[in-house]
Amino acid sequence: MDFNLSPEEESFRDEVRAFLDENLPPKDERDFAAVAEFQRKVRERRWVGFSWPEEVGGGGGSVMQQVILKEEMAKRNAPSLGSCFMGLAWVGPGIIEYGTEEQKQRFIPDILDSKYQWCTGYSEPDSGSDLASLKCRCELQGDEYVVNGQKIWTSLAMWAKWMILLVRTETDVEVKHDGITCLLVEVDTPGITVRPIKNMAGNAIFAEVFFDDVRVPVENRLGEEGQGWRVTVSALAHERSSISEVYGLTRTLARIRELAKTCQRGGRPAEEDPHLRRRIAQADMRIEAMRLNGMRFLTKQLKGEPLGAETSINKLLRAQLEIEFGELALEIEGSLSVLGKGDEACPEDGHWQHVSLNWPELVIGGGTPNIQKNIIAERVLGLPKD
Amino acid sequence: MNFGFTEEQELLRAEVRKFLDRNCPLDEVRKVAETPEGFSRQLWGRMAELGWVGLLLPEKHGGAGLGWVDLVVVLEEAGRSLLPSPLISSVLAGAAIALGGDSEQQSRWLPDLAAGTRIGTLAFQEGDGIDPAQTSLAGVTTDVGFRLTGEKLLVADASAADLFVVAFRASEASDALSLAVVPRDAPGLGVEPHISVDLTKPMGRVRFDAVEVSGADVLGPPGSGGELLQRLIDCGATAVTAELVGAAEAALALTVNYAKERVQFDSPIGRFQSVKHPLAEMYVDIESTRSLCYYAAWLLDENPSEAALAVSRAKALASERFPKLGIDVVQLHGGIGFTWEYDAHLYLKRAKWGRPAFGDADWHFERIVRLAAAAASAV
Repeated sequence: MDFNLSPEEESFRDEVRAFLDENLPPKDERDFAAVAEFQRKVRERRWVGFSWPEEVGGGGGSVMQQVILKEEMAKRNAPSLGSCFMGLAWVGPGIIEYGTEEQKQRFIPDILDSKYQWCTGYSEPDSGSDLASLKCRCELQGDEYVVNGQKIWTSLAMWAKWMILLVRTETDVEVKHDGITCLLVEVDTPGITVRPIKNMAGNAIFAEVFFDDVRVPVENRLGEEGQGWRVTVSALAHERSSISEVYGLTRTLARIRELAKTCQRGGRPAEEDPHLRRRIAQADMRIEAMRLNGMRFLTKQLKGEPLGAETSINKLLRAQLEIEFGELALEIEGSLSVLGKGDEACPEDGHWQHVSLNWPELVIGGGTPNIQKNIIAERVLGLPKD
Repeated sequence: MNFGFTEEQELLRAEVRKFLDRNCPLDEVRKVAETPEGFSRQLWGRMAELGWVGLLLPEKHGGAGLGWVDLVVVLEEAGRSLLPSPLISSVLAGAAIALGGDSEQQSRWLPDLAAGTRIGTLAFQEGDGIDPAQTSLAGVTTDVGFRLTGEKLLVADASAADLFVVAFRASEASDALSLAVVPRDAPGLGVEPHISVDLTKPMGRVRFDAVEVSGADVLGPPGSGGELLQRLIDCGATAVTAELVGAAEAALALTVNYAKERVQFDSPIGRFQSVKHPLAEMYVDIESTRSLCYYAAWLLDENPSEAALAVSRAKALASERFPKLGIDVVQLHGGIGFTWEYDAHLYLKRAKWGRPAFGDADWHFERIVRLAAAAASAV
């Protein structure tokens, strides 16, 4: 065991730190323009798409360099590397692996520059956790695909220019995973209607998307017809590392500890309450477990061993923590926890009320906790499939 | 960056596992645990020959000169086999002498401990609680050292031990603790076995009736023992966590196998999510505890003064989750899991034994809150 960086890794870390010292705008000066300027400079360094091959405009960074970059950025609570979140997270990697030369040239530079937003049309009203059962119909007519059906829980659809879309091109298949095709679709194509859905926190982040005879040129297909499931699985597999997430979780817990100093419980500061102290320690312990689990997974990666379903461990821990944070903060606030944003007596102007209602975005999105447990049980423990 | 084991450590793991699979299967564990001594002298001798008993001790005293990360590998495997042995106890006694003893004391005791010809243990608890400050065993100053009067409870492997590392208070008024090495045959020392719920973990009550201790048997300057004892408690917590991880992994494997084979409602029960999900949760707890435990062990080797927080995080998770894991193991087996004959209860009892050992979850959680606040404000 050795937690030290090699001299080359250290010098890369120093480079990142020096860059952040010089270019990271202070917390209270991060308006839209300042963040955009920061992201432009990050892009200049080729740290956006840092893991992508250099020939498509990526940074060609090693696994360890990517980890260092992410970690240093997370430590300083820097803005994301680019605003094109889904493009950078999985659409880009999918296009690099399965796209045609023409698709790479058309989309990858724009994703790296975060020119516009991508959204992800996977879930349907009847196909959530059981995504492969999706039904959105798609027929080839001449050199166009014609799409009819509905998607739901499509985050950012109302602001996105492009969508990565899964459709069913064949219904008569033995295995439901076959017959699925992946298309890249412009959201303003005639026949597409986007209807925002307000979530329980009061925000509209995701939407329903309806497709009514939507025509998509055949050259916008990603991968082969019928190969869509594989394209999706391999693209999502890039969404892995969890070490850098730990810094955000640590910051949230530190903020909860501050809250516990200011709120009273039984006439004494809440931080002296043994039950709450225990809850705070439990969260601290789980965050550290996530960090160290992540280090063990990273060690595997560095040795060239493929990461399997064990990464679901940290997804489960993260889910527990995200839910617990909101609940813990509300318990610390006590009677005042029932008040909402805008009320003078509401602690921190409703911050924790929002946190406690907003966790599903993080917890349900990449597969619910129950699905993560199925993944562990079936793929790691070898139990029979349901 | 490498949070994994070396090739040598992986070989050590394979060697220990092979040895224990062959020599200490569960029917042997049961037999040995019911003997008066509670462990097999023959197996102990062979483990000592293989270098596992003196793993941490310096080579010049017959040890292997290895570290806690190596020891954790051995202990995980010992836990997996539910091996009844005074390994942790003797390792801690050796660590006490190696850390706190002068060179004469080290030469006097360490070779025998490394060779396994003498067995040591730590005698520090006197009732509930593990804080060194709770020590009340009195040591009255004499011409040659101290006269100890009082008793210790919950002394691990007391019946097997030849040497007791005893925490005592040099005078009633003083809050200064000392540690002394007291041989079993010291006049006035009496051992009475406890009745343990987990038969694989024998313990005893040790009475001190005016036991004379020479100054040459006291580790470090008199009154300096508090810090050393706390360090040993952290070592003990890490060791127990490693054993619990191994035992929990074996319990999970037993239950997964059962879930694959047991058919109800025309299907292996492992197909049902009500069975799958608790098994997946066990896996998450085991792997997380393992990560925390490895890091604690690494700090004990590399930076022991910074290890306390890491140790508490590891032991707190083990103490919090593993008794629940043991209950789930029994419950998922249904009726058979409740029988004496089936092995599920052996794991449950081991987890219950480990829960308070070297600090329960509450004790470690409280320490986490204090130390994490200090660590955060130091940044």
